[in-house]
Amino acid sequence: MKILVCISHVPDTTSKINFVNGDSEFDTNGVQYVINPNDEFGLTRAIWFQEQQGANVTIVNVGGPETEPTLRKALAIGANEAIRINATPTDGFFVAKQLAEVIKTGGYDLIIAGKESLDYNGGMVPGMIAGILGYNFVNSCVGLTIEGTNATVNREIDGGKEIVSTTLPLIIGSQKGLVEEKDLRIPNMRGIMTARTKVITVLEPVAANSNTKSVQFEKPAPKSAVKLIAADQLDELINLLHNEAKVI
Amino acid sequence: MSLLIYAESAEGKFKKVAFELASYAKKVAESLGTTVTAVTINAGDVSDLAKYGVDKVLKVNNNTLTGFSAKAYADVIKQAAQKESAKVVVLSSTTDSIYLSSLVAVSLDAGFTSNVVGLPVSTSPFQVKRTAFSNKAFNITEITTDVKVIGLAKNSYGIIESNSSLTEEDFNPNIDAADFNVKVTSVEKSSGKVSIADADIVVSGGRGLKGPENWGLIEELANVLGAATACSKPVSDLGWRPHAEHVGQTGKPVATNLYIAIGISGAIQHIAGINSSKVKVVINSDPEAPFFKVADYGVVGDAFEIVPQLIEKLKAFKAQH
Repeated sequence: MKILVCISHVPDTTSKINFVNGDSEFDTNGVQYVINPNDEFGLTRAIWFQEQQGANVTIVNVGGPETEPTLRKALAIGANEAIRINATPTDGFFVAKQLAEVIKTGGYDLIIAGKESLDYNGGMVPGMIAGILGYNFVNSCVGLTIEGTNATVNREIDGGKEIVSTTLPLIIGSQKGLVEEKDLRIPNMRGIMTARTKVITVLEPVAANSNTKSVQFEKPAPKSAVKLIAADQLDELINLLHNEAKVI
Repeated sequence: MSLLIYAESAEGKFKKVAFELASYAKKVAESLGTTVTAVTINAGDVSDLAKYGVDKVLKVNNNTLTGFSAKAYADVIKQAAQKESAKVVVLSSTTDSIYLSSLVAVSLDAGFTSNVVGLPVSTSPFQVKRTAFSNKAFNITEITTDVKVIGLAKNSYGIIESNSSLTEEDFNPNIDAADFNVKVTSVEKSSGKVSIADADIVVSGGRGLKGPENWGLIEELANVLGAATACSKPVSDLGWRPHAEHVGQTGKPVATNLYIAIGISGAIQHIAGINSSKVKVVINSDPEAPFFKVADYGVVGDAFEIVPQLIEKLKAFKAQH
């Protein structure tokens, strides 16, 4: 089984979010980057397939050379090889087009991409790849087993989950639940050493449109300070929620 | 040309989000000088859509579409958009709609922007405002294609009544057998409980509750308010509560009208998942808890003393209102 895990290189949650160049670009100064958490759940599941079912795991990212440390980390966790598509990810469709090309050429059986990224939260890349390639697709995946070419997938739905059956090749949108947080792999020294010699293949992008463009960023208006209510004045809290906030 | 929405229903009844989508679409259609068409799938009586400004309904009634199939539903929406020559398609942010939105966008060669909040900033060029960086920023995005798909962020616009005279039309799109290559074999839904996705109010507990045996407090407060219950990540990691209740960055996102956090300190990952809720209340014994920085109302004190009192007072309040 050939697995491709799509890795987004995103600012860590605790990063300060600021913008430069007239608020048109994200300020990367001092920002710590990580593997997108939803992708990391998928990567760990892929490593399980590698260990238990002999799968080969390739990771792929669309980004410049500055994203390679994130790819090295994913290699240290256990991916066999890496591909970097050397382009600036301008929008979800552009990224999906690049990934679709890699998938077509590589003949992967299972493609895992986080259901959304931590930075732009678009939640569109896995679905767009599926749309472009016409592959089977299950989003919000919280469980996956594969036997031969048959897949059983648990999908999170509003208020519960559903079990779906489908066949490979398959694209899934991964999230927490596919593996649990405690199962996430932390690279060990041996993994880090081995990752140094693994190959990152750099591909040039194929021609593709961006269908959207970022015009400008804005930061939310500063929040007014919390209204503190004394613990023996709970009637006042109810009054405020009813008359001021109008939520009860 | 018109503006198309997919008005979601479950078991023959519209979801609330269908009315929010209609209210929003009505305003956008006005600014574009066009009308609103809704496509429905096995929705039963569709006349309620007239209250929220929908001008025309394309009713799809098809037994093969009884269970949700993202590909088949996306195919229906695509064909409805083509039939109406829709230039703008507005979809919601339910789990199902997020699932099918990208498929719709690709099939229509449309640019797609999700998590859109508010009306378009400009209609020519077509620019919308969306959230980014887990609600820590907004981005103005321009959609440059002829057909545009917008995903409206949950609970971001509200339901606004505006009467219209509704034309109903039966619509029979071609459904391809290949649309069902992903088959639902079973559905597990917790019945009788308000789900986090549908709730107007969410009551959430953290490690400050000291143990799973104290969850009765959270549940009782939720009951009084008709709210869903949720928990912080440590609580689900400790196994006090099921993972399905974990809200936050890696858990479920919450965008309710009222979020009440009890014994939750407010780690940045938790806040990232809940901060699009409109009103946040925090009850915590630690006045330095970071949650107080993002909350609208706060009570400093012992949850085991405050919450029972709050329950009694809310019961009395509810009896009068």
